[in-house]
Amino acid sequence: MNMSVNIAGVEWKNPVTVASGTFGSGAEFDEFVDLNKLGAVTTKGVANVPWTGNPTPRVAETYGGMMNAIGLQNPGIDLFCKRDIPFLKKYDTKIIVNVCGHAPEEYFAVVERLANEPIDMMEINISCPNVNAGFLAFGQDPKQVEKLTAEIKKLAKQPVIMKLTPNVTDITEIAKAAEAGGADAVSLINTLTGMKIDVNRRTFAVANKTAGVSGPAIHPIAVRMVYQVANAVNIPIIGMGGIASAEDAIEMILAGASAVAVGTANFHNPAVTMEIVDGIESYMKKFGFNSVSEMVGLVK
Amino acid sequence: MADRKKETAVVVSQEQIATGIFSMWLRTEAATTAKPGQFISMYTNDGTKLLPRPISICEIDKANGQLRVVYRVTGENTGTEQFSKLKAGDTVPVIGPLGNGFPLEKAEGKKAFLMGGGIGVPPILELAKQLDCEKQIVVGYRDEHTFLRDQFEENGAVYISTEDGSVGTKGNVMNAIAENHLTADIIYACGPTPMLRAIKNYAEENGIECYISLEERMACGIGACLACVCKTKEKDHHTNVNNKRICKEGPVFLSTEVEI
Repeated sequence: MNMSVNIAGVEWKNPVTVASGTFGSGAEFDEFVDLNKLGAVTTKGVANVPWTGNPTPRVAETYGGMMNAIGLQNPGIDLFCKRDIPFLKKYDTKIIVNVCGHAPEEYFAVVERLANEPIDMMEINISCPNVNAGFLAFGQDPKQVEKLTAEIKKLAKQPVIMKLTPNVTDITEIAKAAEAGGADAVSLINTLTGMKIDVNRRTFAVANKTAGVSGPAIHPIAVRMVYQVANAVNIPIIGMGGIASAEDAIEMILAGASAVAVGTANFHNPAVTMEIVDGIESYMKKFGFNSVSEMVGLVK
Repeated sequence: MADRKKETAVVVSQEQIATGIFSMWLRTEAATTAKPGQFISMYTNDGTKLLPRPISICEIDKANGQLRVVYRVTGENTGTEQFSKLKAGDTVPVIGPLGNGFPLEKAEGKKAFLMGGGIGVPPILELAKQLDCEKQIVVGYRDEHTFLRDQFEENGAVYISTEDGSVGTKGNVMNAIAENHLTADIIYACGPTPMLRAIKNYAEENGIECYISLEERMACGIGACLACVCKTKEKDHHTNVNNKRICKEGPVFLSTEVEI
């Protein structure tokens, strides 16, 4: 039985990574997770310079989930390259660096800086709904997605994953635009924009007013969107959105994802990624699958 | 390394000690390494509530492998309300100890204020038990429900303030210091932000070394998500911006390091 998957030419030992922003750079979870057990580690979004992020409170709990508006606080690409990449290189796992920016030039600066770094893939965040000056409108506009993807592809030395927002009328249009721009893969879904009001204090639960909803409550939406995108593009999909168990991950794979990312569940159980890897293996044994690829998009 | 994990703690006992305030002893591996001022992440057994509740450690019984938490029930249908219904023998998932704790060694040979307000009072108890110096315990409550008072009296000179004036000084902990003409050369404090702000200002005006324990809403509790940050004067070495993580570099900070 073979747990490995090939995502845009990069061989992961198994189909499980983490959703950017829920796992730090990996070092923060090192006490709880054997990073060697993960197919890949996807790091928190990094920009060309350090970002301070949003005011607090930055998170709130919701029924079966949570919401966040961290505002992409990050240490900037220089410290990231100096500290976080060498840390991850000590482990036998693939490194996916999530890239964020306020403007195309900021993305380009990070992508160029990463060209000679020993990373395996990069994931471009065009969908974070939290940064006022950011690209929610951008990630919602197929023309701009295609243009940015094409420009990044010219600069990138590693395979490029475009991370898509679910806050659109038709996610397949955005996925097709990324594919047309030359994306090597897409990942979906980012968080759904939400709002929570504290009725006792009569104010917003999260200081940013709106925040991205994640967790098991959004899982069926993510499965639906992965299924739609799988039927619209020919590049691999990394499926994410509320995965909290091996069953949730397998559901995503059966819907068409070649790999999966675990996000909010890391906050509920820091060791959940390892349990999901083991759970997928057990499922494959039980039902006689020899490789993960046999399961991808099996449910039509 | 992967040598830490979420564990299943067992409730040893639970009692209500004031209106809305509960005291629970837990049998947990976290007791073996816990220090005053640290916290544990407590998880509900309810699948719709995913995030841990960070709860400060009130007492540590290393010999019996137990921790005491004293916490406020924050409302109906909350995680803390669920905790309050647990009985001896029930289980609760926890991760801990987390955070840095109070620096005990700084108090050597000094006269200290140990200040707690509201639900910031509980962590002051283990601090009072372990601190080896001249201790003035200044604790503030809403009303006559002066929980943990008896135990404080076994561990130092106790000064109480109440918002309604029913016990001790009417007002807050700063009023209690003024009314009793107290002085100190080191301060440890935990409580609501307005109280900590007043203590920080007082300490800085008087040139007193001061450690405050901050609170913020958390998601991971282990330094990854960057939800629970506070503003800092200097750029933090980890975040590379003027932010520190309360769950990781804190919850206890030297007052001059942070802006609250």
